[in-house]
Amino acid sequence: MDGVVNQVLTDNPMSDSEEKWDLEIIPYTGLFDINWHELWQYRDLIFLFVRRDVVATYKQTILGPLWFFIQPMLTTLMYVIIFGNMAKISTGGSPKILFYLGGITIWNYFQECLLKTSETFIANQNLFGKVYFPRMVTPISIVISSLLKFFIQFILFLLVWIYFLFQKTAGISPNITMLLFPFYIILMSGLGFSFGILISSLTTRYRDLRFLIQFGIQLLMYATPIVYPLEIASEKYRWLLLLNPITSIVEAFRYAFTGHGNLSYFNLIYSSLFMITSLFFSIIIFNRVEKTFMDKI
Amino acid sequence: MTKTVIHFENVSKRYQLGEISTGTISRDLSRWWALTRGKADPVSKIGEVLKKNVITEFWALSDISFEIKQGDVLGIIGGNGAGKSTLLKILSRVTKPTTGRIRIRGRIASLLEVGTGFHPDLTGRENIFLNGAILGMRKSEIQNKLDEIVAFAGVELYLDTPVKRYSSGMYVRLAFAVAAHLEPEILVIDEVLAVGDVEFQRKCLDKMKDVSQNEGRTVLFVSHNLTSVKSLCPKSIFLKNGKLEYQGETDLAIKQYLNNFAYNQSEFHFEKIENQEAYFTHLKITDNENQLSNHFSVTDLWQLKIGFQTHYSVSNLVVAVGLLTSDNVLLRNVYSTPFQAEKGNYEAVFTENNIICSPGTYQILISLFINNHVIQNIGEGIFITFEDARPQHSLLNLTNKSLILNQMNVRILPV
Repeated sequence: MDGVVNQVLTDNPMSDSEEKWDLEIIPYTGLFDINWHELWQYRDLIFLFVRRDVVATYKQTILGPLWFFIQPMLTTLMYVIIFGNMAKISTGGSPKILFYLGGITIWNYFQECLLKTSETFIANQNLFGKVYFPRMVTPISIVISSLLKFFIQFILFLLVWIYFLFQKTAGISPNITMLLFPFYIILMSGLGFSFGILISSLTTRYRDLRFLIQFGIQLLMYATPIVYPLEIASEKYRWLLLLNPITSIVEAFRYAFTGHGNLSYFNLIYSSLFMITSLFFSIIIFNRVEKTFMDKI
Repeated sequence: MTKTVIHFENVSKRYQLGEISTGTISRDLSRWWALTRGKADPVSKIGEVLKKNVITEFWALSDISFEIKQGDVLGIIGGNGAGKSTLLKILSRVTKPTTGRIRIRGRIASLLEVGTGFHPDLTGRENIFLNGAILGMRKSEIQNKLDEIVAFAGVELYLDTPVKRYSSGMYVRLAFAVAAHLEPEILVIDEVLAVGDVEFQRKCLDKMKDVSQNEGRTVLFVSHNLTSVKSLCPKSIFLKNGKLEYQGETDLAIKQYLNNFAYNQSEFHFEKIENQEAYFTHLKITDNENQLSNHFSVTDLWQLKIGFQTHYSVSNLVVAVGLLTSDNVLLRNVYSTPFQAEKGNYEAVFTENNIICSPGTYQILISLFINNHVIQNIGEGIFITFEDARPQHSLLNLTNKSLILNQMNVRILPV
């Protein structure tokens, strides 16, 4: 096939070169040929998708946006009862409610980014089969709408946090590393997004991944210090937990707000490098798959 | 000189037939592992190896080259599977060509299916913005066009109602309105006019004419409705089995397309039907010298010989013939006088000597009635074609529909 293409190109090398063409549709594009400019032109679409996701989710529900609060509240309650009271797992010195609520809030964000972006191709095959727009618009809008949801849930966390802040006995001591909070969010978004689009690209060929991811994400939660603090893991196996790039982010987040937890710049740098590498590869793969997936799905 | 806005160069598209992968990672891996070691494919079924030479690919388009100039309205016609949709898909970048290239000048928007990307829970207004943005508009552009879009679609009252409560007609109108007001330099439209009422269809056609003629934009229009293509597109391309068969005047393209169907078959035999008083046995289309043909000059005399058999004596038997235009308008409908038939074979001969149809291809429909009830209808794949004998300055060219040449009483008086 390459030969044919080259021949066409050389046969008419300059036929219309004096005039400018806006778009050229050719069979193959380079691995790194990612059209960022076009993505920018579609920025309005990103925000309209975000709006759609937010508005449409709670239309025709009685409690509406209250569901944003109900889910983390009930989950926290459950964890307090099961992990805190029945299993008596340590919370590393923080009040139980605050400990679980913080973990759930930040984990939910990661999980939502990952699960929803991992459905990009399958869930939108109808739309993608009809119209062209940069496919990257979809996962980006998902990350942004998940971020909005996260901020709403984060307000709940802040309210509980402020309550414990005034209780001297609670023993929480926020510190200056709270300034790094936006950075933690960027890390979480980047990891969720890159894992999500990678899985999405692979599911166009391998549907098994869809099943894997459903329980894989639950297993991953237990491999992340969400329902337990990192410190209770034995020294010998702690490195295993730290291989998980999310571990250090969750710990650092806890440390910033409560003073309990483990802040390690070294581990955060590891997470950052992990995120950059995985973004790099997943974007390349996504970009490759989006061009041909309609013929394969 | 007008600029070329779309340039197809040797574009081909290949699809793989059958399984693309085994669908699971483990099997793909074991297949890959076995094949690299030179062993047999563990996943393939026994005996499949023998079928190595079976065709596993399919060229939906092969070597398509053409140019479209600015302001052209080009129709694309062809039967099912001719490659029309693939062509549009490649053009709207939903999928890539296998070889060749297409160069485009200007913004391209495609309306491949009405309401793509509409979210049922969102209101009409929200969907206008969403749909516009999906089709590549900026928010500010949509805002400027909002009133026009709403007025065109006629949904002013329901603008803040979720579109899931819309009637399907409203849905379509809104979707078309968004796309038609998009102001892309190139608009690609696939079969949208199949929906919506007659008035709206006309409105759409007018809008598309307006878009191309007054605003100088280019339209590509795919439809099975040949009348729409004819009225909208001066030029067309005709695709057949993925190949470009014809490019040029729409009339000629349509003619080729229809010829494709008619096969020039002028004799038909029909299956015997046992449990019915009477049934058609055959149909022959001939000229007035009994020579079989279904191609005539407009002024030729022609006849239909319709054979039927009766199983027992029937009274009040009527044979009817209808002539349909390419867009299914019944143009002519004639009946035999009621007839008393004994058991046996008969042939009814209809000779046309009153009406001259304008050039074109028409479908023939035959029906059998007994006591005013339809017993049998046949019309699939029976065509008759008339060609203009005097192409230049012919009276027959004045109309596209049909021409009835019965004389009317005309008085010409000095005033």
